[in-house]
Amino acid sequence: MSSETEPVLVVRRLAKSYGALTAVEDISFEIRPGEIVGLVGPNGAGKTTTINMILGVLAPTSGEIRIDGIDLARRRSQALAHTNFAATYAPLPGNLTVEQNLRVFGMIYGVRGLTARIEALLAEFNLVQNRRTKCGVLSSGEQTRVTLAKAMLNAPRLLLLDEPTASIDPATARDIRVHITDLAARSQGAVLWTSHNMYEVTEVCDRVLFLSRGRILLAGAPDALIAEHGDANLEDLFVRVANETLTPVETPA
Amino acid sequence: MRPSRVFAIALRQFYLLRGSPVRLLPMIAWVAIDIVLWGFITRYLNAVTGPRFNFVPLLLGAVLLWDFLARVMQGVTMAFFEDVWSRNFLNLFATPLRISEYLSGLVITGITTSLFGLVAMVTLATAAFGLSFFSYGVAIGPFFLILFLTGIALGILGAAIVLRFGPASEWLIWPIPGILSPFAGVYYPISTLPGWMRAISRCLPPSYVFEGMRAAVAGKGVVTTDVAMGAGLAGLYVVGACAIFAAVYRYAIRTGLVARYSAETVS
Repeated sequence: MSSETEPVLVVRRLAKSYGALTAVEDISFEIRPGEIVGLVGPNGAGKTTTINMILGVLAPTSGEIRIDGIDLARRRSQALAHTNFAATYAPLPGNLTVEQNLRVFGMIYGVRGLTARIEALLAEFNLVQNRRTKCGVLSSGEQTRVTLAKAMLNAPRLLLLDEPTASIDPATARDIRVHITDLAARSQGAVLWTSHNMYEVTEVCDRVLFLSRGRILLAGAPDALIAEHGDANLEDLFVRVANETLTPVETPA
Repeated sequence: MRPSRVFAIALRQFYLLRGSPVRLLPMIAWVAIDIVLWGFITRYLNAVTGPRFNFVPLLLGAVLLWDFLARVMQGVTMAFFEDVWSRNFLNLFATPLRISEYLSGLVITGITTSLFGLVAMVTLATAAFGLSFFSYGVAIGPFFLILFLTGIALGILGAAIVLRFGPASEWLIWPIPGILSPFAGVYYPISTLPGWMRAISRCLPPSYVFEGMRAAVAGKGVVTTDVAMGAGLAGLYVVGACAIFAAVYRYAIRTGLVARYSAETVS
């Protein structure tokens, strides 16, 4: 396991091709403890492909992924024990209750003191009143909160969030942003966050990786990138980058 | 292998059964229909052929044993289908869960649900039609073991097929027991079959069970080497099915099938 100063996530020269189609092309980046990194880019840029490779559900064509110092390709189970994720397109089974889902996934992640952990998360995500409700009948905002509670079960060193606030109201979205920011600060965990909401990315992320056509075009702190490129905000920069062909940045290998 | 992960997969099925008792019904209803139907057929056959031949252990017993195999297979595949239907693969396989743990969880689910069905079948067949497993002698234990292992192998193979070809291939799985039954000699001796079918029969573990069952009822005694052959083949098929599932899983990880199962419909 890595120390508190070593990167929680190391991605080196990661690539994924499907025949002639290149989804992700030779990307490298790191996320350090307590850091929240935004992975942004237009649809089809390779964000979800990258996240799926880090989650171990998609094998890279080449490259290396290390989670907390553990090589994902060689020690998949150990590496994934340090991660968790939430994505709007991966809701928990709708035919189980909130509490049942948390218990099943808590056991899979080997969470100690699971009952107490579940109680704490139900309270933290305002789900106490929904504990015996089947997930399938919850509102999309409630389902998102359940997915996030699941993602926190094992207090992951690396948290992957794929558009976690995509289908929820602004107030809940703000609560979630506060939650995640607090969590990263308190636990010194690392967060990789994809979003199309540039306001959210500017507010939450310490660093941003602009991905387009499978390559990282820009990387840096949101404010620094805005200043460097002379745009009014991150959204303007996003639109410009998405429409331009830029030379990919050199990222740490 | 971590027992808590295996138990988590089985616990999920328990929650589903507890949360929706109507799920228990198919475990009993179909077997009950089979037992009642074949029970009256055997009763009729006994009446027209006289006391020299008892069809109850031959036909009704065969139906019960074959249903047990089908229930074991369905126990495994149904648990897998729950993950297909709820698009749960991404949630499951992005965790530390190993394939061996996942399959073990499915097998435990299969054991539990099939035993539930077996108890219902035996109770009904015994109470209503006088079926006694004592007529099969001590071989009944190995018979059930062979059928159980074969059901597990078929269930895992079925899961592998659906993982590889998508939810639409589900219809390929349900007829598997029906397709195999003519070759397994469930209702008639293997010698009845033409040569090419007998060759296939010899590769099917259940055929050794049903041949042995008929021998036991006829008082000829069960050939131990045949039972051992059936058990060996069944064990081999379980290992083979697990290897096929693991290979399909690796393919699914390489091609992104696992991720797409959650994100979009697989056709």
